[in-house]
Amino acid sequence: MTDSTSTERLGMRLGYRFNLVGMSAVGIILLWTGIALFAPRIIPHSVGEIVDTDYFGPMSRDLWFGSDYLGRDIFSRILMGARYTLGISLAAVTIACFSGVALGMTAAVAGGWYDSMLSRFLDALNSIPSKLFGLVVVAAVGSSIPALIGTLSVIYTPGAYRFARALAVNVNTMDFIVVARIRGERLPYLIASEILPNILGPVLADLGLRFVFIVLLLSGLSFLGLGVQPPYADWGALVRENIAGLPFGAPAVIFPSLAIASLTISVNLLIDNLPRRIRDRGAE
Amino acid sequence: MKKQVSFLVVRRLLIALITLVIVSFAVFFATALLPGDTATILLGQSATPEAVEGLRKAMHLNDPAIIRFLKWMAGLFQSDFGTSYANNVPVATLIRGRFVNTMKLAGLTASIAVPLALTLGITAAIWRGTLYDRIVTVGTIGIISVPEFMIATLAVLLFAVYLKWLPALSLTNEVKSVHDLVRIYAMPVMTLTFGVSAQMIRMTRAAVVETLNTPYVEMALLKGASRPRIVLRHALPNALGPIVNAVALSLSYLLGGVIIVETVFNYPGVAKLMVDAVSTRDLPLIQTCAMIFCLGYLALITAADIVAVLSNPRLR
Repeated sequence: MTDSTSTERLGMRLGYRFNLVGMSAVGIILLWTGIALFAPRIIPHSVGEIVDTDYFGPMSRDLWFGSDYLGRDIFSRILMGARYTLGISLAAVTIACFSGVALGMTAAVAGGWYDSMLSRFLDALNSIPSKLFGLVVVAAVGSSIPALIGTLSVIYTPGAYRFARALAVNVNTMDFIVVARIRGERLPYLIASEILPNILGPVLADLGLRFVFIVLLLSGLSFLGLGVQPPYADWGALVRENIAGLPFGAPAVIFPSLAIASLTISVNLLIDNLPRRIRDRGAE
Repeated sequence: MKKQVSFLVVRRLLIALITLVIVSFAVFFATALLPGDTATILLGQSATPEAVEGLRKAMHLNDPAIIRFLKWMAGLFQSDFGTSYANNVPVATLIRGRFVNTMKLAGLTASIAVPLALTLGITAAIWRGTLYDRIVTVGTIGIISVPEFMIATLAVLLFAVYLKWLPALSLTNEVKSVHDLVRIYAMPVMTLTFGVSAQMIRMTRAAVVETLNTPYVEMALLKGASRPRIVLRHALPNALGPIVNAVALSLSYLLGGVIIVETVFNYPGVAKLMVDAVSTRDLPLIQTCAMIFCLGYLALITAADIVAVLSNPRLR
């Protein structure tokens, strides 16, 4: 037991500092969300407009992040790209976690054949490397935005399922579940009112992690030219478009990557610094 | 007791086999969904309907999908992977050289990443809570949060553009000396090593820290043993199973990483071949490459699970 007190003390000692990191992470995430929502109103130049006579221009007072391979303003393009990166990832992670968690809780409560068949099948899907899965499915169904959202959510459903099922199986052995069963409650009530509130904290933390995975996979696919297609461009696609500027050290290659990094690192740091009570709620 | 272990291992292998069947099913049907009729694509827009029908028959495209799937599976077992649509060369010939190249890249990466990650992970656990530990932890979070292509482009920017030490592209056919080898492999291997070791460091550190929280380690501490001695003599032998498990799991990251790395550096490996096959919609080639990757991934995660079973003293 001495160990648990010592780790608690450690948490308290670092608590204040962690909160500071956590707060700045929240700030960056909110900033990007705001940008994604209001991008069309705040961009200084139109995304398609050629504003520089030179391509891969340097940073300047007018073009903050320089110009891209056609002489368009990269700052405006990154602001607009936030809509695609955040929008697609958010939609995909919502679908993946909703279906994964719903299936996972149902499997844990129902048990038996339903549980083992579903687990075996989703585990099999889970053992296809995600980037490869994306490559094959995108080759098959194309890279329209709805298809991308669908693909990404299918890829990350098995992981969400596995996580939620493991948590729900633990809760399922609790006495209050037995009581609810004896009361004659049905499956929808059991999962929505008895299980879900007890696993919500870890499930939300998992949602954040999965959001990072999806942002990274989407950017990777776009970087390979299989994700978001022109005339639209997310951050991964912006890196791909301007990769020819790499030998000149053009800011057009660097800033979209930095945008991705700022978002994903913030989300990861936020999850790492969540108060223990939220993160571990119901995880016992 | 011994029986129980072998039963668990055999069970795990059987599960892997079933998984492999489901995976190959998924790969086959995902690629069978490709829009456009293969025969029409091969013959071009101006082909007569009779010619298209003839080719469909010759390629058995009119058979039900399940029959084609079984034939394809049977082919895989006889190492007959079909013929590439794009240039009419057997897939096996196309893949052979590429596969060796990818294995070289993966092998080199593993031989650098594993010792590096274990050293960093274990030392971070020894000096838990110190500045060193915090730097390692924050560094690894940073690396696993950024896309691989960002590490790759930053490496190119630093070593090829600013310092001009290395060429920006890999061309393996001009290896004549150790010097060439280093110049060509340095950046791809460096990029992959970053990603793989970040995962491995985190998992190794977690495994060692977990054993450090046990009563016998506290006993060693009370006895007055030094910190390195506690970790190396008391904690490490018990953390060995989880660590090997972590190594195998992290290496499976390589399979995703090479897809990006081979594309960025134009390295002639299987992953580059597959990305190219996706853009030319070369079905047999995509299927075979996908199966190679899935097989490798499955082998690694199965190995990780088996090590976890074998290292559990309660089962031995």
